[in-house]
Amino acid sequence: MSVESLVAQLKTGLDAPICLTWELTYACNLQCIHCLSSSGQRDPRELTTAEAKRVLDELHDLQVFYINIGGGEPMVRRDFFELVDYSIGRDIGVKFSTNGAFIDAQKARRLAAMDYLDIQISLDGLDAVTNDAVRGVGSYDLARTAMEHLAAADFGPFKISVVVTRHNVDQLDGFKALADSYGAQLRVTRLRPSGRGADTWGDLHPTNAQQRQIYQWLLARGETVLTGDSFFHLNAFGEALPGLNMCGAGRVVCLIDPIGDVYACPFVIHDQFKAGSVRDDGGFSRVWKQSPLFLELREPQSAGACASCGSYDACQGGCMAAKFFTGLPLDGPDPECVRGAADETLRQVSVVLAPKPSMDHSKPRQVQLAQRR
Amino acid sequence: MACAASTENQQTSVLDLALELHPQVALRPEPFGALAYHYGNRRLVFLKHRDMVNVAEHLAEYPSLSATLAACNIAPMRWPSFEKAFASLQKSEIVRER
Repeated sequence: MSVESLVAQLKTGLDAPICLTWELTYACNLQCIHCLSSSGQRDPRELTTAEAKRVLDELHDLQVFYINIGGGEPMVRRDFFELVDYSIGRDIGVKFSTNGAFIDAQKARRLAAMDYLDIQISLDGLDAVTNDAVRGVGSYDLARTAMEHLAAADFGPFKISVVVTRHNVDQLDGFKALADSYGAQLRVTRLRPSGRGADTWGDLHPTNAQQRQIYQWLLARGETVLTGDSFFHLNAFGEALPGLNMCGAGRVVCLIDPIGDVYACPFVIHDQFKAGSVRDDGGFSRVWKQSPLFLELREPQSAGACASCGSYDACQGGCMAAKFFTGLPLDGPDPECVRGAADETLRQVSVVLAPKPSMDHSKPRQVQLAQRR
Repeated sequence: MACAASTENQQTSVLDLALELHPQVALRPEPFGALAYHYGNRRLVFLKHRDMVNVAEHLAEYPSLSATLAACNIAPMRWPSFEKAFASLQKSEIVRER
């Protein structure tokens, strides 16, 4: 079976997701300006420990090999280690994303002692100025301190996870060197206009020239840099980047949010892409297998306005979430179409008319307090 | 056979090896075949045909890959593609020599 026919198969959906993201909580100590889940405050409807374990039981039965845990900051949950232990005990490996604030020396040793656990520390700038402009004052130091603790505890190859923006794109070599210095793996992903990112995407997303720069950089690095296959829209430049060239939303990927709602992917927390809830009768399994939204996503998708473009097979029209939250039609070009096919429409779409995320857990704005200590 | 065309000396074909699924690998059936996941190296591999899955599951019962292929009724004309596929699975440690 060729890669193309495999992708064709995957588009019709799998019996269970390959890549399931589970945001454990909307609570977060940070307020990153591009947070795709608009996190900040805990939602009182958050799944209880018992409910979360029931979901893990289901994922075990579905033979989901691993889950990607995120948030919010997942380590804020008091039952964080209990849930991770339970998951691993049920043969579900855990990869979790954290800002590192809660990884002290002792927790680093505890994490290092666990099998089937991967950690991604988020870092969006190679220096405090670049990073903290996006992730908040002090967040660079938190992340670097966590990395030091993990290295000291012999955790092994953790991951450094970078969202590529207009302001850090020139630091890619530096990020790679930083990862290498820890024996860590570099993971770079695409900025999406999701969550609070809807308000900041215009200022943060890479320019057209930078997109080519990212493409060439990734192409030269091959599989030594992880991307979550998130840059497939860049394949329209020519040779395909490593990974599956397709949108996996509802087909091989989905999101469980902190209150148990199931969305097509981590970047579309919006009612239009909500397939159901793990709290519904039949649980997650029924949502995955029978929700009308997911069944629809597994039907052949129209190339729409991209049908006449010679690059459609290469880029697949790009990312559904990126189109949706910039107010573009889903069957047209990606807002970052490398051929510029979306530029004209993007200029015409009023920012006010673009859909807003259905939920916002951002902390209320506070008057700037005097620096403590 | 494969060795004759090879530029490397004494290269053994994966067909002659006694193989087994790596103990840290789990197979999940899917309409196209199966997903194989290695919990140790975190590799996810697609077994793109049900015959591949069948052969992979029975590797440990026979003295070599070729014996397993024969036992699973895989037509000899298809063996080169299985040889290639299992060499790749061995490289990613989904299967290993026992």
